[in-house]
Amino acid sequence: MTAQLQFRDVTLGYDRHPAVHHLDGEVATGALLAISGPNGAGKSTLFRGIVGILKPLAGTILTGDLDVHDIAYLPQMVDIDRSFPISVFDFVGTGLWRTVGFFGGIGKEARGKIAQALAAVGLSGFESRTIGTLSGGQMQRMLFARVLLQDARLIVLDEPFNAVDAKTSADLLALVKRWHAEKRTVLAALHDMDLVRANFPETLLLARGEVAWGATADVLTVENLMEARRMCEAFDDSAAACAVDDAPSQAA
Amino acid sequence: MIYDALIAPFIEFEFMRRALAAVIALALGGAPIGVFLMLRRMSLVGDAMAHAILPGAAVGFLLSGLNLFAMTLGGLIAGFTVAILAGVVARTTDLKEDASLATFYLASLALGVTIVSIKGTNIDLLHVLFGNILAMDDPTLLVVAFNATITLVVLAVIYRPLVIESVDPVFLRTVSRAGAPAHLAFLALVVVSLVNGFQALGTLLAVGLMILPAGIARFWSRDITGMICIAVVSAIVAGYAGLVLSFQTRVPSGPAIILVAALLYVASVLFGNVRGVIRQMFPGRHLEA
Repeated sequence: MTAQLQFRDVTLGYDRHPAVHHLDGEVATGALLAISGPNGAGKSTLFRGIVGILKPLAGTILTGDLDVHDIAYLPQMVDIDRSFPISVFDFVGTGLWRTVGFFGGIGKEARGKIAQALAAVGLSGFESRTIGTLSGGQMQRMLFARVLLQDARLIVLDEPFNAVDAKTSADLLALVKRWHAEKRTVLAALHDMDLVRANFPETLLLARGEVAWGATADVLTVENLMEARRMCEAFDDSAAACAVDDAPSQAA
Repeated sequence: MIYDALIAPFIEFEFMRRALAAVIALALGGAPIGVFLMLRRMSLVGDAMAHAILPGAAVGFLLSGLNLFAMTLGGLIAGFTVAILAGVVARTTDLKEDASLATFYLASLALGVTIVSIKGTNIDLLHVLFGNILAMDDPTLLVVAFNATITLVVLAVIYRPLVIESVDPVFLRTVSRAGAPAHLAFLALVVVSLVNGFQALGTLLAVGLMILPAGIARFWSRDITGMICIAVVSAIVAGYAGLVLSFQTRVPSGPAIILVAALLYVASVLFGNVRGVIRQMFPGRHLEA
């Protein structure tokens, strides 16, 4: 299997402080990869680097032959203006941007796709509601519907099951499995270890740098989890410029 | 009697017809922009931009006297400079849009006042501040109509990215590079609408016919298309009624239009369908589902 994503010694961070430090590795096409780690481990930062919102401080992230249209991103802290007067139908419809762009009309076929996407996440009947009237779980489902419409080859989900009830979780997980079956590459940042063990064949345990990466059963061991927890969350204001080396992080 | 009050002034006097035409053009161009300003929480930005344009107009006046083209050009240059600088600084540094704009417009205003005080005070400058809608000649009317047309055309082009950028800017950044250009184009449209407005209503009140109709629309519609339509209609009504009021009384026309708009706004706050005060106090029985 060819690599969909390649991380070449990539460091991502804010204000020169690294949040992801010297990450190397590959994600195969069609992989179903869970990214786990303590708070502040750099999962969201890594995702922002992958979708192009954040430029790496060092190293590169190669996305193969993917361009901006082929990546769908579901962010964690959604900066969505809930008071904006837009209906669920229109909001989900923006997922078709790739095909309709600036001026494309939304014809019968497109309407059908939007209706299907809403049905797949269990939001049929919500078409004309304004987005401000949705609950947290319903918002999350609506965002999933938009990702469905984007028809992307690489799907990046940042903690998609936060604040969502068990039934919705199960429904959305079924969607993720469907994407995997459709040979799309799916990356998901998750906290729930049981969910990861049950559904994701591959895991990257991140604690600013890579702790372990491989088959889930080998990665989520007690020793690895303890090592990840030892990572220091705070940025060190007195840190010197980083000399490239292979030793694991010295910060304690 | 009603005919005498409401229709006769426009039948009999050409300057009233021209003023009405100008107001309709301003409503069509400015009200949709005002709706977006309100939804993007930039209402006060509109006011600041109006102040930023003043020195440009003053410089135009300084260099060529009461030549409207010169003042328009000066206003456009000043407005674009401040808008684009503020926008670029807000996007590339941590300073948010409001602080960035405030710093630039204050500098611009101070510069303008300095320039004006060098030349000395002049009564005609009052027309710059409060407008002169009853003295619309052909060139001015054409400029106003042309600006309004340009505004509507460009707004139609950037409509989709502008809406998405207002709701979910992160999403737009991941699917398209149209976010930043759409935002800058929108700021440019704000400047054009303000320059358009100040010839009729003056720099102090130009923003009134953009913001007040948007505020009115918010109380009658839950959907952006509806809001834009209601904003345009209420701007036209306010313009018409303001002109009639000014004709029948001694109130100057610019402030009269804005006062009528303000009255419509108060009525909307009280009686509006969407979260009006009266609706909130007497909601009626709850529904079955």
